[in-house]
Order: sequence, then C-alpha cells, then structure tokens
Amino acid sequence: MNVDITNAEAAGITLDGVDKVYRGGVKAVSGVDLTIDPGEFMVLVGPSGCGKSTLLRMIAGLEEVTAGRVHIGDTDVTNKLPQQRDVAMVFQSYALYPRMSVRRNMEFGLRMRGTKAAERKARAAEVAETLGLAHLLERRPAALSGGQRQRVAMGRAIVRRPKVFLMDEPLSNLDAKLRVSMRAELSRLHQRLGVTTVYVTHDQIEAMTLGQRVAVLRDGVLQQCDTPANLFHKPVNLFVAAFIGSPGMNFVSARVEGGRVGFGGLSIPVPEGRTLADGEVILGVRPTGITLPGEGRPALTAVPEVIEDLGDERHVVFPVAAPRVDTDATRAAVDAESADDVLLPDDHARFTVKLPIDVPVTLGEPLELAINPARLHFFDPATGAAL
Amino acid sequence: MSAATLDDTTVPKGQTPRKGHGRIRSRWAPYVTVLKYALLLFFLVFFLMPVYALVVTSLKDPAEVGVDTVWNLPSTLSFDSFATVWPKLQDGLVNSLMLAIPASLISSLLGAANGFVLSKWRFPGADFVFPLILFGMFIPYQSVLIPMTETMSFLGLKGGLDGLILVHIIYGLPLTTLIFRSYFAGISDEIVEAAEVDGAGMLRTFFHVALPVAPPAFAVAIIWQFTSAWNDFLFGAVLTTNRAYWPVTIALNNIAGGQAVPFNEAMASALIACLPTLLVYILLGRFFMRGLMAGALKG
Ligand SMILES: Nc1ncnc2c1ncn2[C@@H]1O[C@H](COP(=O)(O)OP(=O)(O)OP(=O)(O)O)[C@@H](O)[C@H]1O
Ligand SMILES: [Mg+2]
Repeated sequence: MNVDITNAEAAGITLDGVDKVYRGGVKAVSGVDLTIDPGEFMVLVGPSGCGKSTLLRMIAGLEEVTAGRVHIGDTDVTNKLPQQRDVAMVFQSYALYPRMSVRRNMEFGLRMRGTKAAERKARAAEVAETLGLAHLLERRPAALSGGQRQRVAMGRAIVRRPKVFLMDEPLSNLDAKLRVSMRAELSRLHQRLGVTTVYVTHDQIEAMTLGQRVAVLRDGVLQQCDTPANLFHKPVNLFVAAFIGSPGMNFVSARVEGGRVGFGGLSIPVPEGRTLADGEVILGVRPTGITLPGEGRPALTAVPEVIEDLGDERHVVFPVAAPRVDTDATRAAVDAESADDVLLPDDHARFTVKLPIDVPVTLGEPLELAINPARLHFFDPATGAAL
Repeated sequence: MSAATLDDTTVPKGQTPRKGHGRIRSRWAPYVTVLKYALLLFFLVFFLMPVYALVVTSLKDPAEVGVDTVWNLPSTLSFDSFATVWPKLQDGLVNSLMLAIPASLISSLLGAANGFVLSKWRFPGADFVFPLILFGMFIPYQSVLIPMTETMSFLGLKGGLDGLILVHIIYGLPLTTLIFRSYFAGISDEIVEAAEVDGAGMLRTFFHVALPVAPPAFAVAIIWQFTSAWNDFLFGAVLTTNRAYWPVTIALNNIAGGQAVPFNEAMASALIACLPTLLVYILLGRFFMRGLMAGALKG
C-alpha cells in the first residue's frame, strides 16, 4: 500500500485576547493575540515561568482559557476537548505509553479515531521508516534510548496527520549533540510535511534556528512576534533585546545631547536617520556591533578583562566607564547568568565583543576597537521601549 | 579492622561525625553482631512455634496426638487428619472461593476506576469525595452490622453468597481506592494528556493506558482483598443463614470450636483453610515485587 504522510490541509491558529488565571490566582498568560499562518513553524520562547507551556496547552485544549478565543483553521475550538481539536502533541517527557510497543504507541491515535488496522499498520511503518525506527517497532519504550524515545514521540504525532503539531521542549532531555542534529531533522520534517507547528522552548538559539517566526513572552505577555532576523536587529524593547542573542546585547546608560550620544568618555553622533530627544537613554550594541577599527567608525579603547577562546572566534569582555544597566527587563531576560554581576568590583558596564581568532588579544593590554553606528539600539530607560 | 582506622575526616560531608564511632565499634562489633543474631533467632523461633505445632500435629497419626507430645515430631507421616476433615470443609472452601475471588476482583477493579478518576481525571469536588471514601476504612464492622443486615434483607440479598460478596466489595473500596489513587498519582500526567490529545476519552484512557500499567497495584489490592474476604467471620456469620452458603471460616469454627474435637483435626482444618491465602500471596507477591514499572515511565 502506498501511503502519503504529508498532510493535505494545514490549518492556521488564531489566539484572540487569551488570558489564563490558574486556581489560586496566578496569572500565567495575559491578553495574548497571535495569528499563526497555515503551515508556519512558530516558536514560543521566553524565560522559565513566562507562560509558554500554558499557552501551548490552551491551544491543545489541555488547559481551559480564562478569557479570549482560540481558533484552529476556521473553527472556534475554545470550548472543545483535546480529542476534538485534531492536534498532536509532543511532550517534554515524551509521555510514551509504557506498556505498548513502539508500533502500538504510534498506532494509538489512529486506533482511537477508528482507522482500519491495515491502514494503521501501513502508516506506522511509513513513518517509522522516515524516522529510522523501523527496526524498533516491536520494542517497549523502556528498551529505547532517550533519542529513540524522542523519535517515537515525534512519530506518534506525525502518523496522525493532524492539523497542528504542538511541541513542548521536545529536545530538552537530549544531550547537546543530539539536540543539534534533531533540530536540523525537525526543520527538514517540517519542510516536508508542511504542518502548522507551535514549538515551545526556553532556548533562544533553538528558537532562532527553528522558527519561521518567534513569539517572545515575558510574564505571560507577548512582547514581540517576528522573524528571527527582525527580533535580532529590531527588538521592540529592552527585554527582547536582552533575551535574544548569545552572547547577549551589551547595554550601557548613556546621554543624548545635541545629536550626539555620550557614555564613558565617548561621544558618538546619533546614527543617520534616527532622531533622539535629549536626555537619558539606554544604549545597546550587539557583540558583533563592535569591530576592529574601521573607516569613520567611532573608536573605543578596550582593556580586556576576560578572554574566552571558542576555537574559531574569541569573546572578549572589557569594562566601560559608564554605569551598568540593571533593570527588571534585563535581569528577567538573563535570569541565570545575572548572578555574575554580583562578583563585579564596580558598577561599570561590561561589554562583550566577538573578535576573529587571529586578532591578538592579551589580558590587561589596551586594544583599539570601533563601534558600528548602524548597529546601535536605543531604549527608553523608563519604559524599556525601543526608541 | 578497617573501621578502626577511619578517622573523622573521612565522614562524608553534611553528616555529623559520631565521636569515637570507629574505635568503639572495633572492640564490641563481634559481640554486638552475635547478640543481634541470637535475638533475631529467638524471635524467629518464638513466632514460628505455633506454625510448627500446627504443621506437626496435623501430620501425626491420630493415635499419637496428645498435649504432652505437642512438640514431638511425628513418628510416621499420616494424612488421616486431612482425610477426616476434608468432607466437612469442602463446601465451605468452595463457598469461600466463590466469595473471595469475585469480591477481590470486583473491588480492585472498582478501586482502580476510583483511583484513576481521583488522581488523573480530576473533577470538581474530587478533594471532597476522596476523604469521604477513605472515611469508610475507619468504620468498625460492628457498628454497621444492624443497618447492613436490614438493608440486605430489604434488597433480598440476605442469606446467600451474593449479598456477602456485595458487602465485601463495598467494604473493600476505601482501601482499593487508596491503593490505586496513590499508584496512579505516580504516573506522569503527561501520559494521560497524551492519550487525551490522541483522541481517547476517560474510559478509553482508563482501559488502554492506565490499566495496563497497574498490575503491581492490582497485586497489592487483590492480595489484601482476597485475604480479608477469606478470613472474614463476622459478615459471613450474620449474612449467611443457610449452612449451604457458609464460608470456610464458619465451617472451621464448627470443627475447631467444638469441645470434643481432636487436635489433629482442628490443626488440619486450619491448615487447609489458610492455604488459599498463602497461595494468592505466593502467586501475586512475585508480581508486585518484580516492579513491572521500572524504567518504563520516566523520560
Ligand atoms: N497548574 C498550575 N497551577 C497554578 N499555577 C501554575 C500551574 N501551571 C503553571 N503555573 C504557573 O503559571 C506560570 C507559567 O507557567 P508555565 O508552565 O506556562 O511556564 P513556562 O513558560 O512553560 O516555564 P518553563 O520554561 O519553566 O517550562 C508559572 O508562574 C507557573 O508557576
Ligand atoms: Mg514549560
């Protein structure tokens, strides 16, 4: 029998002012409006506890919405049970049925929907072939490696040919190498199947590499939903700017006066095409926005404090003689790493710059660098919004 | 003694080193060990004495049985006692099996359903219902005896085995519910949610996903329910009016309770009557010890 595992009709998803208040009053998601196009790969990203899983589970129907509407395709599914939504979900723990073989795990969803045994078998075999699981079909989940379990979980979703795939940190239990290769495989699968996918992760690199668009959440509020390039180059606020990118964006408190931005003894003309009112701003520049000295670029002398060799590139950290930016937004964005700051001897900002490996750098030896004015970001210190 | 050479610095972090622990142990350890085993052996023998008397007496020739020879081994093995009591116990044994098997199976199955719903398919008020069910465990048999017999008469279930089965099922529910609720609570919620998303409703999730992982809980519940239904005397005495329905405990009482009954017959009947519960434990005990779930549920 020739079976086709690609899905005929992909459906979009629309979230309309979705709120979630858990019993006990925790507001996990507030007022999220999000339109996911048919066939799109959408990633939900944000720090731990920002409500990504909650949002995904509301799309699945595993969690009731407190307010707002959820549409899948043209159907309002707000009050429908998970069984009635035609979605498939891949869980972080994989949630394979322990007493069923791989084959029966994959066929379960079809069986529950009344698919004939012959077709079930053919479809499971086809998907198993695609995912390299064909030789494992009769095994129990307990007899599989983590990576194989992950594939079975994926296969179980694919076999069903649902309207939508929902994935909650499906790769987080794999080791780093496997995660990277599964990531590439996921991308290929998505291209091939064309099923609308909503993918939750707290790893911004995973988000940027997988997502056609990425929705950044903070404390249950949608901050920005855009392509990875736009998130990187045009963050709408301090939080998104700080959250996206690795190493993170460098921030420093600066002053705008008469068309020039000043910080730490440096005075840079406000980039062309930007108008900034005089006053305090937060200036942000990515580690790649600071370069070796070049034509017409404002120079900057750096005294390396930390040097990290990554083999093909080098991260150099140096202090800037201007106050560090320490707002709720930047702290929330880096949560775990923020502890580093405590160890710093002063309240000066630290900049990180990515340099080619062939540039000689020595700890404590002054180094001439330059700032690329086109790569500067400005944020309102009060609201954190991009200027 | 290597223990003697241990000093305080080798004590793992986070554990307060016991002063002089190593030294004291090195001197007294052998005596303490001997004492420990002697004590354990004493209790073992003490607790096994009745069992020994039971087995030995039941295997003796009737002529050999007497108060002064209770501790002697039988000079010749004789199964006469068993042959004598068997006809008197036969009906009781059958009745008890007809009673304990369905009672333990049904109350385990219902307990499994309760436990599943209370832990994995939560409904509003579940937190109120569960303690209410548990409360049933703490109601003494005697206190419900009269209302129970009244109800059974009213339902026309008094006198036969079916009424007794029903009573044992209901009396077993609090415990089986507790066993299965705890057991299912240990299963990841995500498995149940996966089934839900895969299109299974409550019943199909229960039958296809929850029940297949529950054999260890069934082993515990069935052993317990079978034993308590088998050993019950009170409900049987009250609810079975006709001797044709007497469970084995009542038959046993009639043999052993009489004044003129020879020891050997009493012992042989007791041995026969307790064999099925032992058998259930031997058969199912392995089952739950094996830990069917190991490694299957996590990640
Ligand atoms: N069942 C629940 N009852 C009450 N509060 C909950 C419940 N589930 C989640 N929350 C709360 O809702 C908020 C969002 O949780 P959620 O699981 O959606 O976060 P997340 O973004 O997925 O985080 P993570 O990256 O750690 O998985 C958190 O503050 C969490 O404590
Ligand atoms: Mg989560």
